[in-house]
Amino acid sequence: MAQGVSNSNRPAKPPIWNDPVYRALFFQFLVLGGVIALGAYLISNTLDNLARQGIASGFGFLDTTAGFSILMSLIDYSEENTYGRAFFVGLFNTLLVAGIGIFFATIFGFLVGVARLSSNWLLAKMATVYIETLRNIPLLLQIFFWYFGVLRNLPAPRDSAMVMESFFLNNRGLYSPRPVFEDGFALISWAFVAAIVIIIFMAKWAHKRQEKTGQQFHTVYASIGIIIGLPSIAAVIAGFPMSWNYPELTGFNFTGGIVVIPELVSLALALSLYTATFIAEIVRSGIMAVSHGQTEASYALGIKPGVTLRKVVIPQALRVIIPPLTSQYLNLTKNSSLAAAIAYPDLVLVFGGIVLNQTGQAIEVLSITMAVYLTISLLISAFMNWYNNKMALVER
Amino acid sequence: MRKSVKILSAIAAAAFVSSAANAGTLDDVKAKGFVQCGVSQGLPGFSNPDANGNWTGIDVDLCRAVAAATLGDASKVKYSPLSAKERFTALQSGEVDVLSRNTTWTATRDTALGLNFAGVNYFDGQGFMVRKSLGVKNALELGGASVCTNLGTTTELNVADYFRANKLEYKLVAFEKADEVVAAYDAGRCDVYTTDRSGLAAQRFKLGKPDDHMVLPEVISKEPLGPVVRHGDDQWFDIVKWTLYAMLESEEMGINMGNVDKMKGSDNPGIKRILGVEGDVGKNLGLQPNWAYNIVKQVGNYGESYDRNVGPDTPLMLARGVNNLWNNGGLMYPMPAR
Ligand SMILES: N[C@@H](CCC(=O)N[C@@H](CS)C(=O)NCC(=O)O)C(=O)O
Repeated sequence: MAQGVSNSNRPAKPPIWNDPVYRALFFQFLVLGGVIALGAYLISNTLDNLARQGIASGFGFLDTTAGFSILMSLIDYSEENTYGRAFFVGLFNTLLVAGIGIFFATIFGFLVGVARLSSNWLLAKMATVYIETLRNIPLLLQIFFWYFGVLRNLPAPRDSAMVMESFFLNNRGLYSPRPVFEDGFALISWAFVAAIVIIIFMAKWAHKRQEKTGQQFHTVYASIGIIIGLPSIAAVIAGFPMSWNYPELTGFNFTGGIVVIPELVSLALALSLYTATFIAEIVRSGIMAVSHGQTEASYALGIKPGVTLRKVVIPQALRVIIPPLTSQYLNLTKNSSLAAAIAYPDLVLVFGGIVLNQTGQAIEVLSITMAVYLTISLLISAFMNWYNNKMALVER
Repeated sequence: MRKSVKILSAIAAAAFVSSAANAGTLDDVKAKGFVQCGVSQGLPGFSNPDANGNWTGIDVDLCRAVAAATLGDASKVKYSPLSAKERFTALQSGEVDVLSRNTTWTATRDTALGLNFAGVNYFDGQGFMVRKSLGVKNALELGGASVCTNLGTTTELNVADYFRANKLEYKLVAFEKADEVVAAYDAGRCDVYTTDRSGLAAQRFKLGKPDDHMVLPEVISKEPLGPVVRHGDDQWFDIVKWTLYAMLESEEMGINMGNVDKMKGSDNPGIKRILGVEGDVGKNLGLQPNWAYNIVKQVGNYGESYDRNVGPDTPLMLARGVNNLWNNGGLMYPMPAR
């Protein structure tokens, strides 16, 4: 009896169409189904429309011969290669200019950000003027400014500026000798790898020793010694298996050597100087967010100002700096697509420009291009999140 | 970014709009009261805005003629300045009704891009411009040169073919906008500036010292330039095609802006037909009988447009040459308007 009472007191299980769990599931499936149906409708309608207009579709064009040349390529490329290969040429050029831009923007941004907080009046004012000016001029104008400014002031190839008969500077680029690797060079490469491994272990050992005994070790100097020393020894053993290919003026232009084209220099310069202004402000606010008591406590312990900045203030500031820094890196990468204005053959110029125009396949080309930028952005974010977690407060 | 938004909206249009919107360009034009015409971003003689934003040029005259034929008023045109790279997407997506922008007729564009060329309003070929100080006399001496040009053009493909066929090295510096090509060439980035020869004649005046430069004798390609429409609207295709023929036909018959009213009273049956006094050509195109009269009256015949914009008395100083009428030793041949 008692059992029966308790049973009937428990709320009766509602019918399935009234169960909140099932109801929620039902509506979620309904929405999902709707989205899929809409997507399918859009895709089939698009294909219909393309077919009716007689516009080619599909990804077969990636195997078609490109037929155009590209100014700069990190991989082998000629007109006889395919649109697919041209895509990779553009992609690597984008990664290159974004990488260089991020590197210099970070260094320059940190320096200017710290300078703006400097107690030296002149230095602080100069940093302020730099930030306020460059931040407020449209990036495209700055790119043109550097590009045409650089071009107009450089000599023609025949009147190149020259250093030691091996470096040449003219309005076609900066030419330098290119190393040519011969048999036996592998030994040097392996020595280099070994040097890096040794340095990693040494740094770990030094860190542990300092934690235990307080003794410091000059890791930096030792590392420099190892990274130069080991490969040098290997080079001597292998009998210097390397020669140089020097640039040479033949006809209109230099051939041979390595060339850095003015388009790359001015684009990277404009991107890093512009983004550095934003990074400087982020760094400044990050440092200001660290309570002044931290600095004073550090000074009270007799720690020098430079070490205080490096070991006390910056590690704490980084926690505030990294998230907005990530979005500046993403901005820089996206802004690198302004390249087409000055003929730097990035992904957008080569693929979204020339290939799109030659094939007319806007939908395919743009979805690939957008997927690439999305992937780059996600990778940068993932890396920065990992770094941010590493930097996060370790509670002891 | 702004440009990708444009292209994205084009894609969105392809996805959402049902294809009925493709047809009926004439009804569209009549309803909105103007022709949307895709032109260049500024190429003197072909399509170029003056200080007041008034467009002139041989390509612009074609747009105006289409407006005269369809709406009876040559001034009812709105212009979309397009870079070489943007132009086809703009036409495919319906952003413009007709593309009249020194565009070369090629097989790929006529088929895979979903477009139709309505004819040729200027027969051209690609050439090279160099500094006189370079001391080059012909194109075969250009091995190793840096070459500046526009991207998204036949130009960059022809130059690749030419240098490869002649086993010459070269570096191609390709910009999106024509003004940057000229500025970079002028600043010494390139030894050679290459594009259609008419383009060289027009862009030359944008150089700091036009007289320091010369055009080499070689013509390395065929560049038949003409107006383009989308696949899928035959009536509109016919209208643009016959607008061009009407300009040529009236020149052939000696009808011009000055005498067109008098010519209406002519006894010549051919003149009567083209001016709509007799026959059904206008009706068959879906237009008023006086469609071609409006073109000649308001825009002029082909020869007048040529002389006014690119001919020997203009800064471009282009001799009529192959662009003469067929009975004058040229390639311009209007089909019979009957
Ligand atoms: N006819 C060639 C080239 C057309 C082209 O874009 N030419 C350039 C150089 S003359 C131009 O029109 N520039 C003017 C502009 O972009 O506004 C083609 O159709 O691909």
